[in-house]
Amino acid sequence: MSDVVLRGFGWRHAGRRAWAVRDLDLTIARGERVLLLGPSGAGKSTLLAALAGLLPEDSGEAEGVVEVDGLDPGTARRRVGLLFQDPQTQLVMARSGDDVAFGLENRGVPVGEIWPRVAESLERVGFRYPLTRPTAALSGGEAQRLALAGVLALRPGLLLLDEPTANLDPSGGALVRDAIRRWHRPDRTLILVEHRVAEALPLVDRVVVLEPGGGVRADGPPGAVFAAHGDDLADRGVWVPGHPIAPRRAVSPPGDVLVRVRDVAVDHRLPPVAATVRSGEVLAVTGPNGAGKSTLALALGGLLAPTAGRVEFPGEPGPPHRWRAGALARRVGSVFQNPEHQFVTSRVADELAVAGTAPSTVDGLLERLRLSHLANANPYTLSGGEARRLSVATALATAPHLLVLDEPTFGQDRRTWIELADLLAGLRDEGRGVVAVTHDEAFVSVLADRVQALPSVRSRAVAGRLDG
Amino acid sequence: MKYRWRTIDIVIASIIAATFGVIFWAWNLVWSATEGAFAFFPPAQTLLYGVWLIPAVLAGLIIRKPGAALFTEAVAATISALLGAAWGATVIPQGLVQGLGAELAFALLLYRSWRLPAALLAGLLTGVSAAVFDFFVWNAAYALWSYRIPYALLTVASSTVIAGAGSWALVRALAPTGVLDRFGAGRERQLV
Amino acid sequence: MVALEPVADPAAPLARRNPVAKLGAALLFALPLIATLDPLTPAVALAVELALLPLFGVRYRVLARRAWPLVLAAGGVVVTMVLFAADRSGTLLVALGPFDITTGVALTALALMLRIFAVALPGIIVFATTDPTDLADALVQNARAPARFAIGALAAVRLLPLLGQEWQMLTLARRARGIDAGRNPVAKLRLFASTAFGLLVGALRRGGRLAVAMDARGFDSGAPRTFARQQRFGPADAALLAGAAALSAATLSAGIATGLFTPIIG
Repeated sequence: MSDVVLRGFGWRHAGRRAWAVRDLDLTIARGERVLLLGPSGAGKSTLLAALAGLLPEDSGEAEGVVEVDGLDPGTARRRVGLLFQDPQTQLVMARSGDDVAFGLENRGVPVGEIWPRVAESLERVGFRYPLTRPTAALSGGEAQRLALAGVLALRPGLLLLDEPTANLDPSGGALVRDAIRRWHRPDRTLILVEHRVAEALPLVDRVVVLEPGGGVRADGPPGAVFAAHGDDLADRGVWVPGHPIAPRRAVSPPGDVLVRVRDVAVDHRLPPVAATVRSGEVLAVTGPNGAGKSTLALALGGLLAPTAGRVEFPGEPGPPHRWRAGALARRVGSVFQNPEHQFVTSRVADELAVAGTAPSTVDGLLERLRLSHLANANPYTLSGGEARRLSVATALATAPHLLVLDEPTFGQDRRTWIELADLLAGLRDEGRGVVAVTHDEAFVSVLADRVQALPSVRSRAVAGRLDG
Repeated sequence: MKYRWRTIDIVIASIIAATFGVIFWAWNLVWSATEGAFAFFPPAQTLLYGVWLIPAVLAGLIIRKPGAALFTEAVAATISALLGAAWGATVIPQGLVQGLGAELAFALLLYRSWRLPAALLAGLLTGVSAAVFDFFVWNAAYALWSYRIPYALLTVASSTVIAGAGSWALVRALAPTGVLDRFGAGRERQLV
Repeated sequence: MVALEPVADPAAPLARRNPVAKLGAALLFALPLIATLDPLTPAVALAVELALLPLFGVRYRVLARRAWPLVLAAGGVVVTMVLFAADRSGTLLVALGPFDITTGVALTALALMLRIFAVALPGIIVFATTDPTDLADALVQNARAPARFAIGALAAVRLLPLLGQEWQMLTLARRARGIDAGRNPVAKLRLFASTAFGLLVGALRRGGRLAVAMDARGFDSGAPRTFARQQRFGPADAALLAGAAALSAATLSAGIATGLFTPIIG
């Protein structure tokens, strides 16, 4: 008997004209480990929600058949576990042990069994803290392993993973994948959505590629699928191994110094650091979690007062954290890790005009960042890649010479990634200085003219984000 | 079934309460200078009284289920006590009284209308309940005509405008962002 | 920073009591105090509260820090009493322009100030000694609160520190966009509203995802829940409630016996 069967399955969210998934026929046998691929918008997450019995019947319409172990997914829910991307929207309780117990309580597991199962699950994912460890004090990778423990404690036969490592730094991601690999047994089925294929391949033995608009485009063993469709998938944004991205090197040597960081430290968050950024160069700031990378970006951006040392812009008066916001934005453009933090209006075009930017410049920026067709959209409705492009555009609207970005390529598909790399390379070649805080090795190898690695300090975990 | 609370109803109502807990906390940070002046002349505070009553009306307009206004205001009050509000546990009965006003408005309309008039009525009644509570509990020693009555009227007016019309405007601004898609309030926008 | 950790010694004899019992005791003791406008009743109540404080493991310094905003409110009482006192009987103490400050005005002002502290302190003490998870557990297990609502609210409480961080990032992001208000109060208000809106959108989106993740772990399965953490309501908790009721009655009786008791209605 098959574990998962879809026949002519489709789903449309309320309020949308287009179907998220349509005409999908797919059979997955027990014990298979499937990587589900497809460009963004192909309905991968919708499909996982359908298999987990979580499609909100009051907020959309379904067609076709979905079965798990021959049952309606709503009935089969006890057999299915689902892990999402962001640990901070999965953890429920304040203490780690309580969070793993949450699902067991919901299922009515007898009290005497709960804590042994909690301990067993935490052990399995390699969680090394006591049960009382506050969930808010965990790093992203630790929090995601805790969330995985909460799912595995329910002993699912079918495990669904929706980009489980996309929000994590490389070492955190590796730990989560390791825990997933150790979980698998011949009688357990795994379906993984992930667009960084190289990381997913050790976990899977079959690849299914969804077609946006409906149906399955390719299905088979990884080798065969990537031989036949690798180029096409890479073009459509999937990170397929063996498709390296050519470096974007500076065409001319760097120019004047734009900013000097003189032994800047910020209380316990950033130990003293010195740095210089020139026009026409891309500086990548790397380092482990807790090294203070994001804090350095904030100090460079004039958003945080250093507790020691100085940030100097040659020819400009005083330290940047004392400047009025308008003056600051004309000199430094800061791009935050979460694009939505920077949105202040209800229309994409207004976001760029808010700083008093001329309409022709707004149109030019929209054009350059491929956002013209979204000029009237609400910024909060943009996809991840679109929102990232808009946040870069907002920083460019005031035409600063220096751009400071915090994990700009974080979680982006390959297509958006290349667009961003081209854009940043172009800005550098126009003579701007670009500083990017990043964990992304590809970013460093493709774009960085110089790398400054911040040393590891006593690990100080900050909840939920890659807070450097 | 229509009135059964889904998980998302419970979580969103609680999140509204928590978010306003943080907004009130930030308000105190941003306005600490002016706050002092407000505190020393309580009638001035009533102008902004409606801000504190937004969670009840907003949650009622979004969740659209019996108990939403009451539950949210009760959670909001408990959260402000948890965050160390100086008023301690007395905010809980006070929150319940305030939530009751908005709840009553939605109940009077049989939980069927969520337009501007409903929002204004909810703002008005939650203002009335807050005003009555203060009238007896906090203002009993003050002059009736020169203080207690104007204070009560200002409270009601502020609540009607800020909590009533303000919450309605807030729902209209939130709907296009897509975060209300699983609620009736979010689905009344055009197909995209 | 938004902080939720209890700031008291958890091993103190009364801090250890069931959260529902503590909350009930605080309300039983504090709420009746709002019924009177005399100075003696809240003074007695305050004395009782401060005497019991060590039993809750709360240090006087911690209490003072949490209660300091009440000083502003007490100041407001004085101003308002001077301007708007309903009853200006008694001996004239001093005349501030058109406002006669009499012994009656002064006594009522004193009563109101004492009452603010006496009513607020029990709640401050209880919440300083209570963990939110324990409170939710006790509400469900000992006070029959519906579990889905208590746990749902608890999940939102967990997000409070995160939302506090979010607020700071939103504030910095607005500055990075070139938006600040300077000293203009209207611009300040608009900036505040924009930041609050950003916080609300992010929080609601988070809430939507959290609700789905909770359901993925069977939150709405309808099966009867079990409780991994047991909260017990024992004789000591009942005694705490009874003690609070008795102390409350004794305090009010002191006011009534001395003939000072002044009801707020009538």
